[in-house]
Amino acid sequence: MAKNSLGREIPALWRGRTLDPYVDPWNKKPEVLRATRPLVRRHPSDSKLLPSLRAALEKCELRDGMNISTHHHLRNGDLLLNLLVKELDAMGLMDMGIASSSVHDVHAEIIPYIRKGVITRIETGVNGLIAQMVSKGELKCDIIVRSHGGRARSLVTGEVEVDAAFIAAPCCDVTGNMNGVHGPSACGSLGYAYTDARYAKKVVAVTDNLVRYPAAPISISQSDVDYVVQIESLGDPKKIVSTTTRVTRDPAGLLIAKYASEVIHASGLLKDGFSFQTGAGGTSLAVADNVRRLMAENKVKGSFGCGGITGYFVDMLEEGYFETLFDVQCFDNRAVDSMRRNPCHREISADLYASPFNRGCVANMLDCVILGATEVDVDFNVNVNTESSGYLLHNTGGHCDVAAGAKLAIVVAPSIRGRLPVVRDAVTTVTTPGETVDVIVTERGICVSSKHPDLVAELKRRNLPVKDIRQFHEEITRVTGKPRPIEFEDEVVALIEYRDGSIIDVVRKVHE
Amino acid sequence: MKLRRSLLYVPGNMPGMLQNIPVFEADVVMIDLEDAVPLQEKDAARLLARNFLRSYTDRNKEMFVRINGLDTPYALDDLREILPALPDGIRLPKADNPEVVEKLDTLLTEQEEHLGLEIGHFKIIPSIESAQGVLNSVLTAVSSPRLVALAFGAEDFTASMEIDRTKTGEELFSARTQIVWAAKAAGLQVIDTIFPDVNDMEALRAETALIKRLGFTGKSLVNPRQIEIIHEVFRPAAKEIEHALEVMDAIKRAREMGTGVISLKGRMVDAPVVTRAARVLKTAIAFGMIDFDLTDEVIHGEK
Repeated sequence: MAKNSLGREIPALWRGRTLDPYVDPWNKKPEVLRATRPLVRRHPSDSKLLPSLRAALEKCELRDGMNISTHHHLRNGDLLLNLLVKELDAMGLMDMGIASSSVHDVHAEIIPYIRKGVITRIETGVNGLIAQMVSKGELKCDIIVRSHGGRARSLVTGEVEVDAAFIAAPCCDVTGNMNGVHGPSACGSLGYAYTDARYAKKVVAVTDNLVRYPAAPISISQSDVDYVVQIESLGDPKKIVSTTTRVTRDPAGLLIAKYASEVIHASGLLKDGFSFQTGAGGTSLAVADNVRRLMAENKVKGSFGCGGITGYFVDMLEEGYFETLFDVQCFDNRAVDSMRRNPCHREISADLYASPFNRGCVANMLDCVILGATEVDVDFNVNVNTESSGYLLHNTGGHCDVAAGAKLAIVVAPSIRGRLPVVRDAVTTVTTPGETVDVIVTERGICVSSKHPDLVAELKRRNLPVKDIRQFHEEITRVTGKPRPIEFEDEVVALIEYRDGSIIDVVRKVHE
Repeated sequence: MKLRRSLLYVPGNMPGMLQNIPVFEADVVMIDLEDAVPLQEKDAARLLARNFLRSYTDRNKEMFVRINGLDTPYALDDLREILPALPDGIRLPKADNPEVVEKLDTLLTEQEEHLGLEIGHFKIIPSIESAQGVLNSVLTAVSSPRLVALAFGAEDFTASMEIDRTKTGEELFSARTQIVWAAKAAGLQVIDTIFPDVNDMEALRAETALIKRLGFTGKSLVNPRQIEIIHEVFRPAAKEIEHALEVMDAIKRAREMGTGVISLKGRMVDAPVVTRAARVLKTAIAFGMIDFDLTDEVIHGEK
C-alpha cells in the first residue's frame, strides 16, 4: 500500500496489475511506441458481410479472457452491448472484459452474465446499477474508471488490448464505411469509436441501416473495418439522444450561471478567438447563455466550442459566435442534424479531443471549461464518480482531461445538495486533482484557487462574492451540519485512473 | 431611503427554499405562513420560519413574515412563535380597514413590551386586497406609525371583485391608483402585487414599468428569477441621473443669483423640478450608483 501525492492509499498490486500512484498532472511521460494491429490482405471479391453477431464473434476468434468494446453514443438507447454479451454466453466464453467507452443503465441486463462469470471486468467507467452493486459487494467485477482521454491513451499505447471492437454504425455500407448522421439510430458523432477502429485487433461494424456503397460521409472508413453485420435495430431512437437539454429555470442554478459567466468575463479570456466547453446540464447551458450574451455585448468572435455538443452550441455556431464545433459526442437531435449539414461542425476522435499522450489534443487549446461536481474539497479536488453514499455511480467523462487542458477550469455546483454540503474537508473520491481546477462557483459564493490572485482582485472589484474555500466550507457546514463519514471496507472494487494511467484514487466496498 | 423594490415571498414550509434566502438579492423577503402553506402544515411552517429567523443572524436584507389573517385561528399563534425570532416586520393580509391594522399594532406592542424591545420595533406592511380595502386605504395608510408601505394584492382583489385578472391589468388600474394616492398622501412606500407568470419576463418588465410610472416604489414577487428585472426597471437611467445632477447644479446657481427659478437647456427649473430630481438622486444614491451629498439644504436651499 502506498500513498499517492494527494494522500490517497493505493495498493501496490490490484488483481494482478502493478499500480502506479498519481504524482501530478504532468509527471508521467509515455515510454512506449504506439500499439499495432495485425495487417490483413483483402481481395476485391472478399465479402465482409456476415449473417449474424454470432458469426462475427466467431470470425473474431474470441477466446476466454479476451476483451470486446463498444461505444456509448447510443447511450441509454443502446442494444448492442447486451446482444453481444448474450452471444458470448451462448458461445460458452468466460472471463471476458468489456473495454467500452462507457456503460450505462440500459446495460444492467448484463448483470446475470457478470454473476455467471462470463464478464469479469469492465475497463471503463460505469454509470448506474452495475457500479453501485459492485460498490456494495453484491457483484464481482473489476472496474477501471478511465476518462475519455485516458481511455483513448490506453488503447493507443496498447495498455488495454481490444480483441474485437463492435461499432454501432447508424449508416454503413458492405465494406464498413460508416457514419453516425443518417438512419433510424442516428447519434451524430462517432468520436469514441474512432480510436477503437484504429487500434482494436478486429473491428466489426454493426448496422441497422445498410446502404449502397459508398456510405457518405465517411466517418470511419472501410480500411479499418474487418466485418460488417446487419441487425434489426441498434437501439431505441428515443433514448439515443436526449432532447430535453435546456437552460435551467431554477433560481439558484441561474445565480450560479451568472457568477460563472462573470468569472469568465473577469478572467480576460473573453476576447476574439475565445474557445469554450460546457456540458449539457441546465446550469451549464445557463452559463453558455450568459456567455453568448457577453460575447454579443463585447462583439467577441470565438474560435471553437467542443466536447459533447448540444443544440445550444449549434445555435452559437450558426449565429457566428464560434467558427467551429469539435464534436466527440452529440447530446441532442439538433446537434446530430447540424453535424449532418454543417461542415464547420467537425466530428473528432476521443484521442484528438483529450488524450494526454499525443502531439497535442483539442483540450489543450481550450480557454475555458465549465464542469460539474458531486463534491469538491478545500484543496479544490473534485469528485464526479461516487455519490456521498460512497457508491460508484458515474463515469469520469472528459472531466480531468479538460480541467488539465483548459486555461480556466470552472466547477459549478449548488452549495448544498439534498442536505449535504458540496464542499468537504476531503472528497470521497478524487476524480480531478485540485491543481487543475481554477474556480468553484456556487450560488453562495465563488472560491478561486490561490494560483489566481489577479482574478480574485478583479472579482472583488466587481463586487462578486469571492470567498476563501476553507471559510466557505465552514459557512456551509454551519447550515447543513457535518455529514457523518461513510464507512468503507478494505477491499478495493474499482480503480480511478488519471488520464495519464496513474492511479488517482480507488473505490472501496461500502460497509453496509 | 430604505430600498424596498423587490419583496420576495418564500413559503414557510419549504426548508430548501428558506435556506436559500441569504443568497438572493431581494430587498425584502417575506416568509409566507398564509396562502402558500396548507392547513395541515401551519404548525410546521411556523416552527421552521422561527428557527430559520433565529439562525439567520447575519442578515443582508429585511425579513418580514406574512402571517395568517387576523380573522383566522392561526394569526395569534403565528405572532407568538415568530416575534421572538425578531423579524423586521409583519406583512398583514386582508387589511380591509384601519381597525385590522390597529389591532395588529396593539398585539405587536404587547409583544415588544414582553420581549423588552423598543415600541415600534416591528414594522407593518398591510396588504390591500379587496374592494373594501381599496376604499378604506386612505384611512388604513394612517392607522399606525409602524407602517412603512402599503401593498396591493391583486389575486384576492380580483376575486373580491368577481373579475378575472389579465396580463395587461386594465382591471387593476383604478385600485392601483387609489392605493398609490393613499400611500403617497401618508408618506409611505407603495408595493404592487405579484406578477404570477414566472416564465413571461417581458410581460413582467412591462408591468413593472407601468407600476413605476403610476408611483409604486416596489413589487411583490414569487420567484427569485423576477428580482433582477424588477431592480433593472426601478434603477434610474444614467441620463436621468445626469439630468438630475444638472438640475441641482442649475438651482444652486439660481440661488446664488438670488432667485428660485432658472432655465436649463431651454426648460424652466423651479421647486417641483428640483423635488423630482432629488427623488432620482435619492434612488441613485440608495442603489449605490452615485456618491452625492444630498441634504435638505441642497434640495430646498438655505431656510
